[in-house]
Formats: sequence, structure tokens, C-alpha cells
Amino acid sequence: MEIPYTVQVRRDTGLTNGKIGIWLFLASEVMLFGALFASYILIRTGSQSWPRGDTILNVPLATLNTIVLISSSVTMVMAWASLMRRRFGTFRIYMGGTILLGFVFLVVKFFEYSHKFESGLFPSTNNFLAIYFTLTGLHGLHVIGGMAVNAYFWGPGAKLWKTNPEWFTNRVEHSGLFWHFVDLVWIFLFPTLYLL
Amino acid sequence: MTSDHAASVTSDHAVDIDRHVRIYITVFVALMALTIITVAISRLHLPIPIAVTVALLVAIIKGSLVACYFMHLISEKKLIYAVLVVTAVFFAALLALPALTTSNGYWIHGIHG
Repeated sequence: MEIPYTVQVRRDTGLTNGKIGIWLFLASEVMLFGALFASYILIRTGSQSWPRGDTILNVPLATLNTIVLISSSVTMVMAWASLMRRRFGTFRIYMGGTILLGFVFLVVKFFEYSHKFESGLFPSTNNFLAIYFTLTGLHGLHVIGGMAVNAYFWGPGAKLWKTNPEWFTNRVEHSGLFWHFVDLVWIFLFPTLYLL
Repeated sequence: MTSDHAASVTSDHAVDIDRHVRIYITVFVALMALTIITVAISRLHLPIPIAVTVALLVAIIKGSLVACYFMHLISEKKLIYAVLVVTAVFFAALLALPALTTSNGYWIHGIHG
């Protein structure tokens, strides 16, 4: 049975089902990270002393990761624009770049985490590190999830382009919305954890 | 649809996407500049309230650029805006809870009587 409203927009919402679905999902994600940010505020304001992030964390590495993630957002949106221009080869290059940049982000994060563990700094060490590992760990899981979806569209999922290019373009747009959200979360995590 | 009209629509579409791509590149440059500004300001070691205000202000500008242009929120349908308004209200309530806690201690002391 054919799934309705994957390409044509619904008359009542003016949107495809996928579009409204991904935005509802992102709304739930806002609440998930919102709860953790609220916990962070509560713990930080309730503590008698709190370290500046840059005295414990590696700001140059985090700045590099910020640049990497912002760049990946650009390659993601360029991948979608390539499909809108009906240039599948260019899409593959940009989407491949997005996945690669996501991988670079994770590698940098791995080095950051490794250095902390080698220095005896664990989530159980203090509240600051507990919050740091929880927020960045959850964000890292989102990066992995986004990469998995993007890799599917770069590889096996790309078969849809041949049979239904509009549907495929919509799918890439929706995975892009998730990827930009992941970037958006990092934009707030970076100053909050590393610089303040 | 005549072939001339089809060609015209395709051409308009291509011009539109080209315009979008130029905006994406401009936003990318702005995001990079704002990232550098964020780090530079943090090196000034401003008092915490000012540092928090400035850092969050820059983050909000960066986040807005991503949401408006990369996520196309600047030209989205009303239903998406409605979903986001409801989300924003609940998000604000979540962040307000700890603010209430620290401002008068009601929530903490209230629990323990």
C-alpha cells in the first residue's frame, strides 16, 4: 500500500506528513535537552563554587569541533540543495562530506574524553564533570544517530532517487533538519560548558 | 503545461535555489565570525553575569541563523510555528523552575516543610 502525503502536501496542514513528523520529534528533543539544561542551572546555581569550564576543559578542541559541526550543517544543506537542482552526484559529495565531518567531531570528542579519563576525571568526580559528560555524551549519541541516517541516504537509501526523487529529496530535508538541530544544541553547549 | 512554460518554471526554480545557496554561504561566514567572537569575549574574563548574558546572546543569534536559514524556519508553514510556540512555552517553564528555586527557595524549603 502506498504511503500518502510523502510528496504531495496535505490540504489541512499544508505540509507533508514527514515534515510535521520531524518537527514534532524535534519539539520532544527540545524538551529532553531543556530538562538537562534546567538541571544544569539548578545544580550550578545551588552550588557554593563552580569552576570556569576553560580551567578544566579543552577550549581549542571544542572550538575546532564547533567549526566542524557548523561546516557539516552547511554541507548538509548543500546536499539538499543539490537534490533540488537534480544533481545527484553533487549530493553524494556533500552528504559524504557531512558524514565525514560528523566522524571528525566524534574523533575529537574521543580525544577529549580520553584525556579526561587519563587525568582521573570521570563523571563521578564532581557535579561539573557529571553534567559535562551527560550533556556532551547525549549530544554525541545524537551525532552518531544523525550520521547513521545520513549514511543510509548516502548508500542503500539512495535507490529511492531513481524511482521517486521528490520523496527522496523530502527524506534528505528531514534528516537535515535533525542534523541542524544537533548543530543548534552544540551552539548552546559550547559556551555554556566550555567558556562560562 | 507548454514546454516554454515548463522551461520557465525550471529556470525560476534554479534561480531560487542559487539564491538559497548564496544565503547559506553568507550564514556560514557569519556563524564562523560569531564563533570567533564568542571565544574572544570569553578571554576577557568578564564578571559571570555579564559573561553569561553576552555568551547566551551570541549563542541565540547563532542558533537563530541556523534555525531560520538552514532549517528554513524563516519561510515555514503556520502549523510548524504553532508547534514551536507550544514547545517554547514548555521550554521556558522548564528553565524557570530552577530560577524560582534559587530566587526564593520556595520549592526546596516547601518540599521539606
